[in-house]
Amino acid sequence: MNAPASFGDPVKRAPVREKLVVIGNGMAGCRAVEEILARDCNRFDVTIFGAEPRVNYNRIMLSPVLAGEKAFEDIIINGDDWYADNGITLVSGDPVVSIDRDTRTVVAKSGRIEPYDRLLLATGSDPFIIPVPGKDLAGVVTFRDLDDVDKMLAAAEKGGSAVVIGGGLLGLEAAHGLSLRGMDVSVVHLMPTLMERQLDEAAGFLLKAELERRGQTIVTGGDTAEIVGKDDRVAAVRLKDGRELAADIVVMAVGIRPATALAKAAGLTVERGIVVDDHMVTSDPAILAVGECVQHAGNCYGLVAPLWDMCRALADGVTESPSGFTGSVTSTKLKVSGIDLFSAGDFSGGAGAEDIVMRDAARGIYKRVVVRENKLIGAVLYGDTADGSWYFDLLKKGEDVSSIREALIFGQAFAAGGALADPNGAVAALSDDAEICGCNGVSKGRVVETIKAGACSLDAVRSTCKASASCGSCTGLVENLLALTLGDEVQSGPSTLCKCTSFSHDDVRRLILEKSLKAIPQVLQELHWKTPDGCASCRPALNYYLLCAWPGEYQDDQKSRFVNERMHANIQKDGTYSVVPRMWGGLTSPRELRAIADVVEKYNAPMVKVTGGQRLDIFGIRKEDLPAVWADLNAAGMVSGHAYGKSLRTVKTCVGSEWCRFGTQDSTGLGVKLERMTWGSWMPHKFKIAVSGCPRNCAEATIKDFGVVCVDSGYELHVGGNGGIKVRATDLLCKVASEAEAMDVCAAFIQLYREQAHYLERTAPWIERVGLEHVKAGLFDDPEEVSRLVTRFRFSQQFMQDDPWAERAAGKDAGLHQHLAEVRPLEFAQ
Amino acid sequence: MIGDWLDIGPVDQIAPGNARTLPVRGADEIAVFRTLQNEFYALVNKCPHKHGPLSQGIVHGNVVTCPLHSWNISLKTGEALGEDQGCVPTIPLRVDAGRIYLLREAVVGRAA
Repeated sequence: MNAPASFGDPVKRAPVREKLVVIGNGMAGCRAVEEILARDCNRFDVTIFGAEPRVNYNRIMLSPVLAGEKAFEDIIINGDDWYADNGITLVSGDPVVSIDRDTRTVVAKSGRIEPYDRLLLATGSDPFIIPVPGKDLAGVVTFRDLDDVDKMLAAAEKGGSAVVIGGGLLGLEAAHGLSLRGMDVSVVHLMPTLMERQLDEAAGFLLKAELERRGQTIVTGGDTAEIVGKDDRVAAVRLKDGRELAADIVVMAVGIRPATALAKAAGLTVERGIVVDDHMVTSDPAILAVGECVQHAGNCYGLVAPLWDMCRALADGVTESPSGFTGSVTSTKLKVSGIDLFSAGDFSGGAGAEDIVMRDAARGIYKRVVVRENKLIGAVLYGDTADGSWYFDLLKKGEDVSSIREALIFGQAFAAGGALADPNGAVAALSDDAEICGCNGVSKGRVVETIKAGACSLDAVRSTCKASASCGSCTGLVENLLALTLGDEVQSGPSTLCKCTSFSHDDVRRLILEKSLKAIPQVLQELHWKTPDGCASCRPALNYYLLCAWPGEYQDDQKSRFVNERMHANIQKDGTYSVVPRMWGGLTSPRELRAIADVVEKYNAPMVKVTGGQRLDIFGIRKEDLPAVWADLNAAGMVSGHAYGKSLRTVKTCVGSEWCRFGTQDSTGLGVKLERMTWGSWMPHKFKIAVSGCPRNCAEATIKDFGVVCVDSGYELHVGGNGGIKVRATDLLCKVASEAEAMDVCAAFIQLYREQAHYLERTAPWIERVGLEHVKAGLFDDPEEVSRLVTRFRFSQQFMQDDPWAERAAGKDAGLHQHLAEVRPLEFAQ
Repeated sequence: MIGDWLDIGPVDQIAPGNARTLPVRGADEIAVFRTLQNEFYALVNKCPHKHGPLSQGIVHGNVVTCPLHSWNISLKTGEALGEDQGCVPTIPLRVDAGRIYLLREAVVGRAA
């Protein structure tokens, strides 16, 4: 009797070869066959079904084919002779349409029936098509096989515009190819960071900047609404924000899904992928599966390295020497010529994890390795990936790196040499004429001389010989020289902005302007930040400095703002918020008061209070109710009072000459005008103004940041007052004759403060630090200076005076207010 | 396996560097974080210090700074960092096929 193939009984071999049918002529299917043949070439009679009408090729090399760097012939893995030499029957261009597990046969589209003893599913994955209108138009292609590449090449021949939807690995490679082929390419990516699964914010930013430099348009945070057609062909891609990108071809590269339809129809266990055990066996012991179509221990893989591991485990299993697949650590390299990018492992940091970051702005390099418990657990490299495979090896082997930790970030050559075990030693070994600071051409000898001549701190070195005063990449070397020359006598300079940088506030502000830095990741890279994405101290400071330096141009970064500024309300100890609508100069009306009263009742606000700045504060509003509260207040004509911001808070006034028998000028009117001019402006810290109608000073103008005291002959202007922890009365800045002059000096003073003070420094400590004379000189030494400052302030204000409440009430950033969902356990459901 | 995990929706509901909240009837609210490195974490939305809503803090690395008194809390362990002492419970979370799952017993179990 001709026994069927047996499982789990290696001794009893079937007298004839078992029939192995492979569904899928791709990389995984053929590799699995290769691995089996290498172990036992007589065991199986192999038939491979392929949907594509061609031999087995290296799919991951399609990108170079598209880019014109390789031809199809170059990427063939196994040609016709391989099938012939190994006695393999290749059925190409005839996909299998069903599996009958009872009779152990498969049926192809042509009607061909093939029996099997063992079946191997290597169906790979299908590109995911986002379900938007127009997805079926001619000219919308995916990037999966050679046919797709041919379609793209045909389109590129005609020139025009291409839009790639998806800024992951595949999308960027498609964009690169089309761009090299002469098309005008835009990439639309849903997330704020390109390749966000492989890159952190810093590396993603560098990649975006480089692709833009090469002429691609990169739209991050772009959500596709529709593919617009004309005469049944694609014409444009419309985004949800209304933007439209012209397109002669649209490449959909948003992701892949395991191709599981056949397996599912055959009744195999399928979750996200076809579920397999460690030996690549599915829920039917006669059926194996391998590659992108499988799910192992909850994971699906879309990269090639795990595929090879799976194929090994599979071949070991079917040839009775089971080894088992235990999952893979994956690494990624982007195949775009001229861009070196590598990522591997876990670079999310975490408890006990330590980041080692190295940035070299001049060479466009960002490296980050993550170490935990003396083991390398992740790496992101941009600009220089030479050590990628070394890091990957350390990572996979889990080797102890404590002995090379100091030099780890410099790569294998340094770490192996051991020369950097003592970082000072390496610097000591440098010759005197070795260049330390490339930006300013300063040699080691000159730095040492400067130190010996009395520069005992980093800052003193910077201001004396300019070493490390520009990009800061040599800061570490200068610090080493300080330590070598002075030993313990090194003085720490003025405090740095935070522990993430060696630069002070002033340096950072100066360099933002000098180097035209216009985004937080760019500042972190160019100024060699020591952390990958800053901290809760520097992010808000940088956001303000950039906002102040580039009005109208810089995109405010919500996630770098303190809670109150992000939520446009004041957080209270119970997590609810208080809401203060603006009342210009402290004036209000029955309509406004009614609207406030209605809000208090409608949202059950437990308390309303009159504030020190002459406003009404509504307490106890939940974050999810804020947009509705604002909509109601907006409807009565009120806007945000910015009681929550490092910004103009309130202008407090007395009733002045209009009502008061002592009033000398219209203090209320001037207060309203000042508030109309200054509201909405972001500042280093909160800023309060008051206008008193006479020297009795009922508006308490002499403890404000800017105070006006009206007198018969005009207006005394006071600055730098503070009623906080440390009370400080104002300094008299000057006296002017007209309202118009008072307003100009106010705007000029604010702008000087905005441009010069450190973040979180009120006017009082700022003036204490720099001196009143410095402020006076900055305003009045040059008679034109006031008007220049006023011009800059007013220019900036035109971008600031949009009511943030109205935007939120209209639905912007709804995610900041709404819960994700609500969980109601069963016992609470009734 | 899915039964043990509570699907709370797609990952793109939370922008990198942000957090969103998940109220639980009869128990503490949960904050779900997404770091700038696109890692996801879930913690009870309550600082160990004075119960500030951690979801409203600034996220940097995998640390959140509490909005009330600037305690730094590790998103991975829930422990206060630096000099401060205290710990907030974490909820096991996994991301699968672009969706976020929380360990059901850690979410609902605490409610009992």
